[in-house]
Amino acid sequence: MAHPRQLSLLLPALTALVSVFMLAPIALSVLAGLVNNYSVGLASGLTLRWLGEVLDVYGSTITSSLVLALLCVVGSLLLGVPCAYALARSQSRWARLFEELLTLPIAVPGLATALALILAYGQIREFRQSFAFILVGHLVFTLPFMVRTVGAAFRRRELLALEEAARSLGASFSQRFLGVLVPAVLPAIVAGSLMVFTLSVGEFNLTWMLHTPLTRTLPVGLADSYASMRIEIGSAYTLVFLLVILPVLWGLQWLGHLIEKHHGT
Amino acid sequence: MTSPSRLLGACAAPAVAFFAAFWLLPVVRLFALPADKGWATYFAVLTNSRYLQSLLNTLGISLAVTLVTLVLGALVGITLARLRFTGKPLLLSLLTLPLSFPGVIIGFFIILLGGRQGLVADLTEWLGMGRTTFAYGLMGLFLGYLYFSLPRAIATYTAAASAIDAQLEEAARSLGASRWQVAKDVWIPELAQTTLACGAIVFATSMGAFGTAFTLASKFEVLPITIYNEFTNYANFALAASLSITLGIITWLSLFLARRAAGPAAAGA
Repeated sequence: MAHPRQLSLLLPALTALVSVFMLAPIALSVLAGLVNNYSVGLASGLTLRWLGEVLDVYGSTITSSLVLALLCVVGSLLLGVPCAYALARSQSRWARLFEELLTLPIAVPGLATALALILAYGQIREFRQSFAFILVGHLVFTLPFMVRTVGAAFRRRELLALEEAARSLGASFSQRFLGVLVPAVLPAIVAGSLMVFTLSVGEFNLTWMLHTPLTRTLPVGLADSYASMRIEIGSAYTLVFLLVILPVLWGLQWLGHLIEKHHGT
Repeated sequence: MTSPSRLLGACAAPAVAFFAAFWLLPVVRLFALPADKGWATYFAVLTNSRYLQSLLNTLGISLAVTLVTLVLGALVGITLARLRFTGKPLLLSLLTLPLSFPGVIIGFFIILLGGRQGLVADLTEWLGMGRTTFAYGLMGLFLGYLYFSLPRAIATYTAAASAIDAQLEEAARSLGASRWQVAKDVWIPELAQTTLACGAIVFATSMGAFGTAFTLASKFEVLPITIYNEFTNYANFALAASLSITLGIITWLSLFLARRAAGPAAAGA
């Protein structure tokens, strides 16, 4: 039988090893994007030259991805928040069925969804060649996350009482919805929005099939740079992705703590 | 005054219309497409040895990755839940960071580690064993899949293990239970649901992963790459549709069964 002391050292050692496996590539790629010559290493000196080249060659993909992600957030809010409310309040069997169907784009690989979209709408040339085509794909994929996050907030019991009170005071539906309910679930709406934003910025499986040479997003550009550019440029581009995504993730985490503090768990 | 149910219907209508137009309808067409080339097309994955091999490859690597991820994730998660050290929240947030990386980045990471200019090649050369590369074969693909699976397992197990009543374990210990007995009677039952739910997600994600294998241009062919090649290189739409249906059914089914087995508690996958 293993000695207890040996065991209690083994687990932290394993944890450290796994942490190195997870973190070393991130550190390596950040470093590789900032050194003059990757095969020489740090001795070749630090530079922002590769970042500059990424902005020159792939700058447009960064703005496209940011605009696309923002539109995706707006779209999923407009479609998702009312829908989440309806699903939270409805007792009907159709509501449960739709709720179930809505999660399918997460359960099914993005490749299949993308293929289906191309087969159904690929003939409509203007649509196929525009960013709207990618936006539709991202919306289908992110909508379930928004509906689930906001729906859980709408189901809270104290909210039912609040809504009832507003109703008995004679507030109209739009007054209740926009004046009472939406402010009450605002933290969930913000959390859902940040989640949708990160999902859209990082989406590749769908986007690679849906993009055209003129509609490229950040991950599509990344794949291109990995295949055709020197390793320093691929690394600098990865660093750009991290710089875009990190603030949003930290915001999400901070918000999570805030919600926990306010509502308790 | 409008009736409440009509109001709810109006609230859901835009989302329902959008979803029907851009997911349901296209997927129904996808399902119908292979029939154009005869009913046998639906079973191409079983009758054509190349596709069957690709499916078996995908199933094999996904199962292996799921098993290793669950074991490592559970051990690391339990350790992190119990250890107290400065910087633990930072470490946890860094370890979950890769959840938001597209698969292509993870493929690139594996190239940085095990490619021709990779870290491991430098190390083995320095040790006088020549430049070792592993990025472009089965090993590279496996490590890539492990890389994108581990964050979810570590986060899930850390949360689940933190929630386990420490007193339960204390009680078992004070009653003279050995380390293994504690593991068998306290940890494993408590973490069984987590394992089932997390395992299904990891498996389904691995089955459908595309970006990582795409970047690595792996010699070990997986089904998403086969589908992509049929569609883009051979314009064989009916076959690509048939293979996607197979893949979609497998991933959906694994998630569905796990949810059924785990009960409503694990529904928040």
